[in-house]
This record gives sequence, C-alpha cells and structure tokens, in this order.
Amino acid sequence: MKDFKEKLSGRIFFVLALSSISVLALITVFILIKGTPLIAEVGLKDFIFGMTWAPGRGEFGIFPMIAGSVSVTFGAAVIGVPIGICCSIFLAEFAPAWLSKIFRPVIQLLAGIPSVVYGFWGMIFVVPLIRDYLGGPGLSILAGSIILAIMILPTVISISEVSILALPRQYKEGALALGMTHWQAIYSVVLPSAKSGIVASVVLGIGRAVGETMAVIMVLGNAVALPESILDPVRTLTTNIGIEMGYAEGAHEQALFATGIVLFVVIMIINGLAQYITRDKNKGRR
Amino acid sequence: MKLSAKSSEKIAKSIIWAAAMLVVAVLAAIVIYILAKGLPTLSWSFLTEIPEGGGAAGGIASPIVGTVLVTAVAVLIATPLGVGTAVYLAEYTKGGAITKIIRFSAESLAGIPSIVYGLFGFIFFVMYLGLGWSILSGGLTLAIMILPTIIRTSEEAIRGVPGSYRETSFSLGATKWQTIYKVVFPAAIQGITNGIILSVGRSVAETAALVLTAGSSLRMPTSLFAPTRTMAVHFYTLAMEDISPANAFGTAALLIILIFIINVGANILLNRFISNKGKKKEAKGGKRN
Amino acid sequence: MTDTKIKIENLSFFYGKKQAINDFSLDIPKNRIMSVFGPAKSGITTLLRSLNRLYELIPDTRAEGRILIDNEDIHAPSVSLTQLRRRVGMVFDVPTPLPMSIFDNMAYGPRLSGIKRRSELEGIVEQSLKMAALWEDVCDRLDTPAASLSGGQQQRLCMARVLALKPEVILLDRPCSGLDPISTAKIEESLQELKKQFTIVIAPHNIQQGGRISDRAVFMLSGNLIEEGTAEEIFANPTDKRTADYITGRFG
Repeated sequence: MKDFKEKLSGRIFFVLALSSISVLALITVFILIKGTPLIAEVGLKDFIFGMTWAPGRGEFGIFPMIAGSVSVTFGAAVIGVPIGICCSIFLAEFAPAWLSKIFRPVIQLLAGIPSVVYGFWGMIFVVPLIRDYLGGPGLSILAGSIILAIMILPTVISISEVSILALPRQYKEGALALGMTHWQAIYSVVLPSAKSGIVASVVLGIGRAVGETMAVIMVLGNAVALPESILDPVRTLTTNIGIEMGYAEGAHEQALFATGIVLFVVIMIINGLAQYITRDKNKGRR
Repeated sequence: MKLSAKSSEKIAKSIIWAAAMLVVAVLAAIVIYILAKGLPTLSWSFLTEIPEGGGAAGGIASPIVGTVLVTAVAVLIATPLGVGTAVYLAEYTKGGAITKIIRFSAESLAGIPSIVYGLFGFIFFVMYLGLGWSILSGGLTLAIMILPTIIRTSEEAIRGVPGSYRETSFSLGATKWQTIYKVVFPAAIQGITNGIILSVGRSVAETAALVLTAGSSLRMPTSLFAPTRTMAVHFYTLAMEDISPANAFGTAALLIILIFIINVGANILLNRFISNKGKKKEAKGGKRN
Repeated sequence: MTDTKIKIENLSFFYGKKQAINDFSLDIPKNRIMSVFGPAKSGITTLLRSLNRLYELIPDTRAEGRILIDNEDIHAPSVSLTQLRRRVGMVFDVPTPLPMSIFDNMAYGPRLSGIKRRSELEGIVEQSLKMAALWEDVCDRLDTPAASLSGGQQQRLCMARVLALKPEVILLDRPCSGLDPISTAKIEESLQELKKQFTIVIAPHNIQQGGRISDRAVFMLSGNLIEEGTAEEIFANPTDKRTADYITGRFG
C-alpha cells in the first residue's frame, strides 16, 4: 500500500510536469497550424518584407509593423536601460538600507500596475505633451518608447540588482583596498563582473517591450506606414493583432496568426539569448 | 581634460541618485494622478451597480465579478499544475534531459507575450474546444500565462527547504511522498503562496489575453460559460472609446488599489518566509560553532 | 562475549568513482556501545550511513559487500527501506528538529508506522522522552515549536525521537559536537542506560569521549579499518602505531 502510494505520487508529479511543458508544445502547434498556410501562400519573403498591409485586398506585408516594433523597442531600450541600470547600482551600492527597503516594493508595484493604466497615462499625459511641445500628432514612436521604457524598468532593475548583489564581496573589497574610490570600484570591478546578468536583464527587458500590446495601442497611433521620424505614429506586430483580431475573418485572421508566429519566433530567439547568457555565467562560476 | 577621481565619483553618484529619484517620481506621478482623478468616483454604488450604456453610467459590479471569476479559474487550474511541476523539478529529477526540457519550456513560456497567449486561447479554447468567449476560456488562457511564475516561485521555495529536514524525515522511516507531504510542503508553503498571490496580481492586470478569449459582455455572468469583461478590459474600453473618463479613472484607481494590496500581501508573506528561514539558519550556524 | 548484532563483510563504498570505504569488515556486538573514530574524512559518517542506507539519498553512490543485521542482508530486495530505517535509527551531528511542535516531532515516526490513537502516541512520546532524560524539561510545553528548545535539549529530542521508533540499533554521528559539557554529560549518561536495550554505534566527537563511553572501539583511517578491540585496548594500549599516533595527538 505504501509502495503503491509512493509510486503513484511520483507518477502524478511527473504527469503534472509533463502537462506543463506540453502546454508550450500546444501553443506552438496551434499557432503554427493556423498561421503557416497564409505564409506559404503569400511567401515568407513577401510576408515579412511586403510594404502593404491591406487585408481587404488580400495584401499582407508586415514590414511596416516590424519597423514599428523595432523602432519603439529600440527607443524604449535607449531611454529605459541606462535609467534601469543606474537604479540597480543605486539599490545595490548606494541606497541606505531604509531607502532600499522602500524602493524595492516601489519597483514591485511598478511591475504590477496593469499595462492599460500605463497606456492610459501615456494617452492623457505624455501624448499631449509631445503634441504641444514637439509637434506632430503626439501619438508616436516617442510616446510609445517612453511608456515602454517605464514598463521595462522593473525587469532591468531587479535582474541587474540581483546579479550585482550575487558578486562575492571580496571583489569590491579588493578594489577598495587598492585605493579605488567607490565609483571606480563599481565601474572597473563590479559592473564588468556582473556583466552577463546585466546584459540578460536588458535582453529580457527588450523581450518585454517587444511583447507589450495594450499600452502601446493607446499611444502609438497605429498607422501602418514606415515612420520617418520619432514623432510619427506607427503600428507594432503586437498592436496589429490586438487591433484587428476582433473583426478579422478568413485569410485576414490567418494573417494575424502569421504575425503571431513572427512575434513568437522573435521572442523565442530573445529568450533563448537571455537563457544562453545566464547559462554561460553559471558555467564560469563553477 | 581628465576628471579627478573625486569629481568623477561625485558626478557618477549624482547621476545614479537622479535616475533613482526619477523612477520614483514617475511612479508617484502616475499613481497620484490616477488616484486623484479616480477616487472621487469610487463609491459604494459604483462598486455594486451594473454598468449601463456601455459603461457611461452605472457602476462596475459585473466587471468586478468577472475579474474574480476569471482569476479564480486561472489560479485553481494553474496552482496544482505549477506546484506539481515544481515538486517534480525540485524533488524527483536529478538534472537529466527531462529536467532541462521542462525548465527550458517554463522559461520560454514566461517570455511569450500575452497577446500570443490570447491568440492561442482564442484558437484553442474559444474555437477548437468550443468554449466560446467565456469566463472559462479566459481563465484557462490566464492559467497558462501564470503557470511559469507559479512553477518558478514554488521551485525556489521548495529548494529553499533545508536538506537536513529531508534527511531527518527519511531517517525516521518516511517515504519520499510522506517527506514531501509532511515536511517539505509545510516548510515551503509561504513561498509558494507568495508566488500564487503575485499570479493573482498578474491575472487582475491582464488585458490583451482576455480581449480575445473572455469576450466583452457587461451583463452579470450566470455561469462559467458566460462571456464577461474584466475590470482591466473594461477600463481599456472606456478609455479607448472615450465613453466615460470619470468611470475610467474610477476603474483604474480601483485596479491600482487592488494591485497595491496584493503586492503588500505578497511582501508580508515573503518577509515572514525569509525571516523564518533566517532563524533556522542562525540556529544551525550557532550550534556548529 | 555477546551476540553479534551487525555483521559487516567486505564493505566498499563509492561516491561516483571516488572510493570512501575499502574492503571493511566488522562485527558489532549486541547491547554494547561501539565507537568508530578517526580523523575527518576517514569514512566514518559514510560507514554509519551505510548501516541504514541513508546514503541512497545522494545520487551516484554505490555500496559493495554485505551488511547483515541479525543475519539478514540489508541490501536484499525483500528488505523494506522504511522498515530498515526504523530498525536502525540515527542521530545527526547537529540537532535536526523538524519545523513542528515537540509532540509532532516525537510522534513523527510512530505516526508513519500507522499509529493514530492519541493516547497511544502520548504514551510513546512520554516514555521516549523519559528515556532521553528530557521529559522533565518539556512535559508542560509539548505543543511549542521544537526549534524553541536549547541546542542540548534539541539533540536529546532527536535521540528521544529515534527511541520512539522502537529501534534495535541507534547510530549517533558525533551527536555532541556542538553541545556544552553539561548537555554532553547528560547524553553520555543516558547512553549507558540505553545500551541495555539497544545496540549503539557512535562516532564520538573526541577521543576522550570515546574512552569514557564505549565498550568496543574501531579506528578508521582513509576508509580502512586499522584496529578494532575493546575500549581499554584501543584507547590505552593500541597495537598499531597509527592508532597510537592519532590518540596521542601526533596527527588528526
């Protein structure tokens, strides 16, 4: 009886684990099944590099959306990454204990706030500001980049901070013992040693920015056109799905799933990269 | 001109302080702005009345109920699945190929954008399984979405249980299952709960995956097969379609308050978990010396 | 000479490719205290853990040779691992109270073997705590967490917890290594009582303790048995030079 229970419990845990991973397989299969026929019909090259998205006429080119995703993500990284890394250094090295005790929950709250709330704030606060002071419609790459920069901060900050805190204390102490100032020690010893963790945090932050949908729908303007300046409205891969999925049918719906495939592949590459970077670090430690 | 070590130290320090303060300021700006505009709308009737005119009038009672139900479905499905997977990863595998595959899958699942979960939920639960736009479809989609969080936090909590507990339990004649059930689970439960609470927060905040799976009905749901609109989706609709700024702010304020409560709850649990662990370590270290 | 309780025949033990015990043979007598001592990393802990097969928790370990308890091979497929561990109880080098009340710690083993009646459990708990000389200290607070006890009390609780299993053999792996002299004396005292009912194998935490408490002793070095005999022989007049060197403090 006891042996039976023992075996049964082991089996159950195995089955549960198996179900968890089969979910990933299921997602992959269903999105592929639904999306690949259209890619096959249009041709991968025309689908990805096609400049015209006109589902009504049967034209499915997503290059403007790819350009949109890349430019907004890039903008978010340019704004968010330096601030995020500075914050992680602040938390790990400079902040007095009482301050970091307040600061960490604040970052957590930042991560928990619904993305639609960020989008809304962008819509009523950031967009008018850009329109009034910089010109253009306000709904723009810049607005999207600012909102996304805020949204990737928790990812960048928490993972960078963890990788800085994980360093052996002797690293910094050794540097200080050599007569370096605190900042010199951070700059020449701490940051290079924590590099892989920081890079991974940036990569994961970029993954988050690429994948965000609702917040950017609200601030990007969603025009399907190649942008010429950061004040132009654009549409990203995610917003393309989010906006049109509600009413799409037939080939149009398939095309949105095909957009999903592209997004899925990009995210898998980004995540694989992040996992690869951190794995390297672990090997080096041992 | 090369800066002296002292002045570069000063400059770097000020930049870093400025960045940190900027982040706090931005968060404060968002939260205070939304709360200032939204709190006046929050009233008992706003919470208990069903929306009318697409949300232009009335309250948000049905979105609140929808949010609770969708979240409940998600957590009830994902918890056994996620905790079971974590137990398997932490207690049963010895770092073989299967472990690597499971961990890779969990980490990959964690990075998939919610809109892709939405696409999957739509094609699989709504269409293929015929569940339609419903609480069930939305909840199942969210269950998959929060699964990686639950797996990761539970696995960390289980691995944090000292090995001596397991050894002791085995040496007293316990089987593996008895050890897990009687010793490991009770010791890890706070960490596991913390992960579940964070997942509740994520479910409450989610929009993209639910727009495509749960529908947008504002009627009070009568069964799990009924469509619904969660608070986050309702807020999005109100804001985007410019239906009622006052009600939009009110809903957003409620969302922020909820997330705040959830985070505080998770933090209290986690701190207790950590301080318990600290005590155990202290006790042990003390005796070793 | 009394009966042999445990017979170890040509035991070799491996962690992966690393050999920790080499071709080790030893008879452990019933109702006596047997000390196993030697410098760190001599394979003493490994030896103790092979007697209740606790090493099997560590992946990639392997034991060769035979271990007989009452003439029954503990590696035989018919042997139930949980039964074996109940017959051969173990106390570790640091106190290992489980994160539950004193009572639940004590009742952990009996409950596993299917005893559910509260009155029966209470009887076992009281009797075992008395045998470990802990009953007086804790009888009025059985529901408090075991971690609230002092280090010495925790270790006696661990002994009492083993006694509650009603074992035949008790293994003690440096049970006093973190304890104050008074707690140590209490434990040593109770061991003299306990050997009337049980067979005790102990890794003493120093040579003096080995000399004070044991009936027989065995000196181990790098996984090899160097010398075995009565406690007087080994601790007072060792025949092997390495034993003598270790006892007089030349190394270790």
